[in-house]
Amino acid sequence: MKLNAMKQMAVSAAVVASLGMAGSAVAKVEGDTITLGSSISLTGKYATNGLHTQRGYDYAVDVINAAGGVKVGGKSYKLTVKYYDDESTPARGAQLAERLIQQDGVEYMLGPYSSGMTKAIAPVSEKFGVPMVEAEGASRSLFTQGYKYLFAVLSTSEQYLSTTIELAAQTSDNPSSLKVAMAFENDPFSLDVREGVVDAVKKHGMKIVIDDKLPADLSDMSATLTKVKAIRPDVLIVSGHSKGAATAARQLEEMKVDVPIIGMTHCEAAKIQEKFPKSAKGIMCATQWVETIPKSDALFGSAADWNAGFKKAYPSYTSVPYQSAQASAAVLVWAKAFEAANSFDKDKVRDAISAVEMETFYGDIKFSAAGNNIAKPMFMRQIDADGNYNLVVTAKDMEFPRKPGY
Amino acid sequence: MLDNLQLLFVWAPVMNIQMILDGIFVGAVFALSAYGLALVWGVMNVKNLAQGDFVILGGYIAFALYHPLHASGIPPWLIIPIVLVIVMVSMFFFGTVVYRLIIKRVIDQDMFTSLLATFGLSLLLQQVMNLIWGPEVQIIDSELPILTAFDSFVTIPTVKILSLVMASLLAVAVVVFMKTSRTGQAIRATAQDPRAARVLGIDTDRVYSFTFSLNASICGAAGVLVAMIWVIQPFYGIVYSVRSFAIVTAAGLGNLPAVIGTGFGLGLIEQYTGIIMGAEYQVAAAVVMLLGVLIWRQIQMRRHRQVVR
Repeated sequence: MKLNAMKQMAVSAAVVASLGMAGSAVAKVEGDTITLGSSISLTGKYATNGLHTQRGYDYAVDVINAAGGVKVGGKSYKLTVKYYDDESTPARGAQLAERLIQQDGVEYMLGPYSSGMTKAIAPVSEKFGVPMVEAEGASRSLFTQGYKYLFAVLSTSEQYLSTTIELAAQTSDNPSSLKVAMAFENDPFSLDVREGVVDAVKKHGMKIVIDDKLPADLSDMSATLTKVKAIRPDVLIVSGHSKGAATAARQLEEMKVDVPIIGMTHCEAAKIQEKFPKSAKGIMCATQWVETIPKSDALFGSAADWNAGFKKAYPSYTSVPYQSAQASAAVLVWAKAFEAANSFDKDKVRDAISAVEMETFYGDIKFSAAGNNIAKPMFMRQIDADGNYNLVVTAKDMEFPRKPGY
Repeated sequence: MLDNLQLLFVWAPVMNIQMILDGIFVGAVFALSAYGLALVWGVMNVKNLAQGDFVILGGYIAFALYHPLHASGIPPWLIIPIVLVIVMVSMFFFGTVVYRLIIKRVIDQDMFTSLLATFGLSLLLQQVMNLIWGPEVQIIDSELPILTAFDSFVTIPTVKILSLVMASLLAVAVVVFMKTSRTGQAIRATAQDPRAARVLGIDTDRVYSFTFSLNASICGAAGVLVAMIWVIQPFYGIVYSVRSFAIVTAAGLGNLPAVIGTGFGLGLIEQYTGIIMGAEYQVAAAVVMLLGVLIWRQIQMRRHRQVVR
């Protein structure tokens, strides 16, 4: 008798629980609001860039809503983003993505920060067939897995520094005589960057004289740079996140290394122009976006307009990181896709994303079958004596050979 | 690899000078952080996994102090000793607090308890540093001149020389302190036999507290050097933890001069491996060295055992 009562209670509890879950599972479009979901790094080692990303999303949402929102089936909808903090740990990110989809009923995802986190989350959104437009995961390996629901607005990592090689080739009548020294951190992202450089080097028949892979727990590049000084290459390429950029800049100056062309990633993130102005001078840096490109869209205006608007919304920025710009672009893709699909069915929206072809303040966006943006190039900028980043399109635009300030 | 050997010994033998100098400078910092670990490990039998995080914390305190001092117009060569003293004193008190709060409670437990406790402490320190200073890579720019030799092929930053001098003075001071002072004697007595020391009236709790604080203080000093020579970031402590453990294990616990020697040796081995085999094997060199020493010890001990038999 008593047991029976308990059984009944258990059954009714289960029914209530499942009803509750079913209730929240249709929460993706409520009233006139479309909810996008994102697990983003607000604490932990990616916190700085996580915040840049979140602000980019928020700014875009505000602008789109202020302009009347997204029109689907003749009705206007506002956008909102539901965030969770993934603490910069991939396992937590995957867990939170599952929570967003299963418990919160989110059917439209925005990406996390970094390739590593995206790698952790993509299998989850893929499993549930939830489209994800991401703006911060550039690793080429994300787009070789056959994911159908993953789209990235940014250029993939192998394009980061291959432009440096192209520019170097333009400086010589006989590019095959050039010697290239490379130092990459031994992690998936940097090795992806390396692949691109190696392809470009092969294309021009150049010679790789140093090919060092720096372990993640190495904060000293002096062995590599001593070799650089002895061999005197024509091009030096360094990529190893902020630590790699800071270490290289510090030791280039300390060891008075003089190479005609130096290409790097993460210069802005490591703020080398502020911390090492002497050695930063003349270094070429890869960037996804610059505020001076002649691209625009109806919503944000030109690249410069977006930059000004974002600075107005977040006055703490003196120079806006590209991470924020591409985050805004990802939200723009969602808005466009909803309107093009004219539906909230996630597969119809997915097809609409995959068919997106547009010009935005961030550059052109068109996705390949693998999901990466193939319409936008990477940009190269050279740091000048005053710490400004100047766009380099052809070899004529750059200071060559580099004249360091030390 | 053959190319690199040729480069090193035939085409540009001057490189060797740069390698040896760099090896010594790196070694000095490794030796300092390992020195503290050897003390704590030897005296208290606590394996401090937060060793590297102590180093980074010292670096951050120096980072916070340096720029205000610099802005007030004090010359760099004077700021560095001032910063070093303040960091060492504050890290000493920090060490005392950590000892009272955590280490004291795990010191008599088995090894895994102290490993877990210091591992937890390591995570905590990383996150706290991340909250205070953010995840960005930071440096101290001492603005001291860089000396050059051999047609500027060999470069020696003055700050590295200064830090080598400071590291040596510190090491000598600690050795003398251990040999001659009352507290030093008490520490050595406790390391030999805590029970006997207690019976003879030594307050071992105070000895432990002092030893742990001294370790934190030495780590802090190493951190100042790291921030001036390389870069600091809340999560880079592991680099120094790994090196310290390799050095102390290879040198043996009770042998403080050997710890310093091994520190320099490791610095040199890493530099040469980096040149000859490529940077990807540079860190592996530390582990291989450790392996080599352990195997050698086994052979030696085996010989010894046969004699006894």
